[in-house]
This record gives sequence, structure tokens and C-alpha cells, in this order.
Amino acid sequence: MLYDWLFNLIPVAIVIALVLTVRRAARKPLWAEAIRRLKTNRAALVALAVIAIYGGIAFCDSIAWRDDHNAPSLSLIQRTFGGTQEPTYSAPMATETFGEPRPRPLAGKHWLGTDGTGQDVLFLTLRGCRTAMIIGGFTLLIATPLALIFGILAGYHGKRVDDAIQYTYTVLDSIPNILLLIALLMVLGRGLPQLCIALGITSWVSLCRLARGETLKHREREYVRAARALGISHTRIMARHIFPNLLPVVVISTTLNFSSLVLAESILSYLQLGVPPGIGSWGNMIDASRLELARQPIIWWNLTAASIALFVLVLAFNVFGDALRDAIDPRLRS
Amino acid sequence: MIGYLIRRLLYAVPILVGVSLATFMLFYCVFPPRQIARRNLSAKYPTPQQIDAWLVVHGYDKPLGAQLKKHMTELFLLQFGKSDSTGEDINARIRAGAWPSFLIAGLIFFSSLAAQVFMAIWAAYFRGTYVDTWLTLLCVVLMSITYIVFVIVGQYLLGNILHLFPLAGFESGISGFRFAALPVLLGLAAGLGSGTRLYRTFLLEEVNQDYVRTARAKGVPESRILFRHVLKNAAIPIITSTVLSIPSLILGNIVLESFFGIPGLGSYTVDAINSQDFAVVRAMVFLGTLLYIAGAILTDICYALADPRIRLE
Repeated sequence: MLYDWLFNLIPVAIVIALVLTVRRAARKPLWAEAIRRLKTNRAALVALAVIAIYGGIAFCDSIAWRDDHNAPSLSLIQRTFGGTQEPTYSAPMATETFGEPRPRPLAGKHWLGTDGTGQDVLFLTLRGCRTAMIIGGFTLLIATPLALIFGILAGYHGKRVDDAIQYTYTVLDSIPNILLLIALLMVLGRGLPQLCIALGITSWVSLCRLARGETLKHREREYVRAARALGISHTRIMARHIFPNLLPVVVISTTLNFSSLVLAESILSYLQLGVPPGIGSWGNMIDASRLELARQPIIWWNLTAASIALFVLVLAFNVFGDALRDAIDPRLRS
Repeated sequence: MIGYLIRRLLYAVPILVGVSLATFMLFYCVFPPRQIARRNLSAKYPTPQQIDAWLVVHGYDKPLGAQLKKHMTELFLLQFGKSDSTGEDINARIRAGAWPSFLIAGLIFFSSLAAQVFMAIWAAYFRGTYVDTWLTLLCVVLMSITYIVFVIVGQYLLGNILHLFPLAGFESGISGFRFAALPVLLGLAAGLGSGTRLYRTFLLEEVNQDYVRTARAKGVPESRILFRHVLKNAAIPIITSTVLSIPSLILGNIVLESFFGIPGLGSYTVDAINSQDFAVVRAMVFLGTLLYIAGAILTDICYALADPRIRLE
């Protein structure tokens, strides 16, 4: 029981950390300016609200507890939308099962119908939010520190270190992403952590290259030379002087990366390399419904719900990422 | 030029060595052949004897040093050996699958380049107006739809409802084009958004240059300015960025071929995933890298051909 509650602390801690980071950043002039510009952009605010809603659903799905010792641990979403198990397909808002010679009455009401195993589609779609957020968020938690550490080290030290790091990422980058993902996932096996690790390995290279380039620029600036003349250690210069100056680039690139990670999950699910079937994900839903369009009469609600949920989240991240880029660095505005 | 090419090719060697070392580490150290045998054997709990026999049959029984030597020579001589699950010759299968894959990838590459550049010019022509705004929005929307949904919905609408294309399958020879049409169209649609958006920014960077103002002052019509002057100058960043489309072409091959039942290298890879065929995946990773590096070198050559100011030395 205690163990379950410890797990609930993780999403709470993530939310608190996010809020604290944003509030701290808002006090710095550069970020305050960016936030002020973002507030004038209506599309960005709508996109942010959409992301917040998805995040909220994911948060509710992460808070779980048991009713008694033997009961399974159920999340808030499972308790609210779990619905009743039906025998087979049923159309949205229908009162009886679908596609059977003799339709049976349904046990409950389903806004978006049920899928082949009789599960509520709305419930499955909502469960996909958590998986998508974990895939995006944890992958970036793996990839971003890796990229920053190697990128700053390569740019700052140059010479041998730079050569070694550049060689490593050039090798990784010359393997087309999807093939590397296939190889990694075949070795690691199916699972959510495995997926995050594999996506992390393939997605750190671009940010690393960016961080290296930026560090090369900053290394020659007066403030770094002054810091060096004052006798500040290399580690401190990298961590306290150069790193904060890379943050705008990092924030923009991670926001825009998020959407490509969510999209990658759906493709990997199609290749049977995504998350295991027990964990709800939009990729698995789309993959499962791919043959249902060919049925007579067709079953469309399954595919539609999953792809719209996926589309809206990715669109929101794309719009917000673009707005963020314009707000942080107006020179990049096209 | 020749000297540059030779240097470029030599530069590719350490990268290829790195890639083959990385695959070796992945498939021999992180996930040793014993595990591969366990996944491939049909018995749920194979005995050690069964595993040993499998290792001998598939040539995984030598010490690690010898394995490394075999792995490297196999890859660099492009002799990929035998498949882990079916035992058939991988090279023969690659030769058989090369044409359909090449057809699909080539058609997608050229048609989407043309479509993206055309859309980008359109957007640049109407820059600052609502046409441009809506086109940009359309690009972001297209970018947000996953490849799989494009393929599923596209096949359903164009193949199943409208009967414009054959639903799936492939034939060799000229009639292959008929079967390739729908996959190519869907591949084109899936890549349209990101490409157009990128090329639009390249074009807009050129539109504000002095030479454009001069041309306009001479009375050159706007369409001619865009298609002649601006496009020629924007060709350089466009060519440079085409190399980035190679990984997405490979992704397209994998998804489209397996979905439409085209017997190319992509569907071979998907079959290998489903049958836990590590030898084939290893070969495909190396082959994909080889194609990517070759594409990058080709891009550099095109770059020099397009821009007389650049000399490759």
C-alpha cells in the first residue's frame, strides 16, 4: 500500500518541479520577455491549454491506489471512465452491440463506442495520454542531459574531446533513425522504458550538434574569457556561464522534438515494436484498427478517436514550439 | 573534383567502421547470440544442447574475436550471409527486393521534391497574404498527422471507396508503376508539410535580397523572378537539405511496402522484425547507412554542379 503511494509521488513531484522551474524562469529578464510575448499570441495560448489538458489527463491517470489489499491498483481515469466491459464492438452512443447477426443490449453507455475486445474507446484514448506524455517526457529527460553534456564538452574543450564526441555522434547519425530504432528495440525488447531509451539514443544527436555549435560561439565571447582570466574552473564556466546561455536553444528544440517522439511511437507500434499491448497507447489503437476499415459495415470510431487524439497533441506541440521560438528569439521569426 | 571525391570516400570509411562496430556491440555483446538462439528456437524452454546446435548451424559458435573478424569482412564485402530464421541467402533477397524499393523511393523522392518546391514557391509568391498563412497552417497540420494514418485512410479512400488504384500488391516490369502509384502518392502527402515549410523559409530568405529588387526595378515579372532568380539561388540550401530526406524515404519504404505488400527491402525488414531475424536487421542497418552516406556524397556533387561558385577541392 505504501509502495503504491510512493509511485503517486512521482507525477506530483514532476508537476511541482515544472511549476517551480517556470516561476523561477519568469523572474529572469530574458524569459519574462519571452513569456510576455507568448501571452500576446492567442494560438500559442490555445496550444498551451491543449497541452495542459493532455497533461492533466496523464496526471490523473498516474494517480492510482488500491481499495483493499487484494484489489488491483486503479488510477483516477480508470475509476471515472473505466466503464463496463462489453462483449464486442458497439458504435458510439449505441444501445446494442455492432456487427453481430443478433445484437445484444449493452451493459453501459459508451460515448465513443467500444473496440473488438469490448473496451470503451474513450477510456482507451484517455489512457493513451499518459503513454504519450511518458514517451515524450522521459525520452527528453534521457536525451537532453546527454546532448548538453557532450555538446558543451565538445565545444568547450575542442581538439581530442571534440573529435571523439563528433565521431560518436556522426556514426550514430549516419544510421537512418528508423533502422537504428528497429535494431535497438529488437535487442531491448518491447516495453515503455525500453522505448524511451531507444528513442533517447536516436534523438540526442541533433541537440548535441546544436549545443556544440553554440558553445563554440560562446567560448570566444568576452564573458567567458573574463571568467577564465578570473581563474574560474572549466567545469564551473561550462555549468554556470555557458549552460544558461544555451537554454533558449534547448527549450525550443525539446518542445519541437516532443511531437516527433509522439509520432515515432505510432510508427513503432505499427512495426510491433511499440509499447506492449497491456499499456494503452494511440499507436497500438491505430495499429489494431487498421484492418477494421475493410469490414462491412465499417468500424471507424476506433481509428478516428486515436488518430484525432494523437493529431491534436502533436499539432498543439508544433504550434506552441513555433510560438516559443518566435517569442524567445525574435530574430528567427520568418 | 576527383581528389575531393576520393577524400570524401575515405572519410566515409571510419564512419562505416564505427557503424559496423556499433552493430557488433549491439548484436554480439549487449544481446549475445545465445539470446538470439533462444528467441529463434520454437521451443519455449530450449535445452542448452538445442541452443548450441543452433549456434553451430548459424555460425555463431566461434570466439568473440573471430566473430568480429567475420562480422566486419561480411559487411565490408557486402556478403551478408544467411538469414537467421529461414536460412536463405540475404544477398539474393536484397537483389530481388532492390528494384521495387528503388522504384518507390525514387518516385517519392522526385515527386515530393517537385511538389514541395512548387508549394513553397506558391507560398512565397503570396507571402504576407492570407494564402501564405493558410498554406503554412496546412503544412503544420500535415506535419502533425502520423504516417500510419495517412496510409490507412489513403488506402481506404482512394483504393477502397474510389477504386482509383489497386489496393495492394506488386508486379515486376512496367505494370509495377500502377501498383506503386498509391504508395508513392501517400508518401508524397506524408512528407509535403515539413518539406514545403522548410523550402518556404529558404525562398523567403532570398526574396529580400538586393538582386530581387534590381530585377523588379527592371520590370521582370514576379513569377519569372521567383522561378528564375530566386529559385536558382535557393537551390543550394534546398539541395543540401534533400539529404535529410533519405532517412524518411527509408521509413516510407518500410511502412508503405509492408502495408501494401510490395516485396521490397522495407517489407523484408518488417518480416525480419516479426521473425526475430537479427542477421537481416544487421544487414539492413549497414545497407541503410551505406545508402545514407552515398546520398550525402551525391548531394555534395549536385551542390557543386548547381553553384558555379563552389569548387570541390
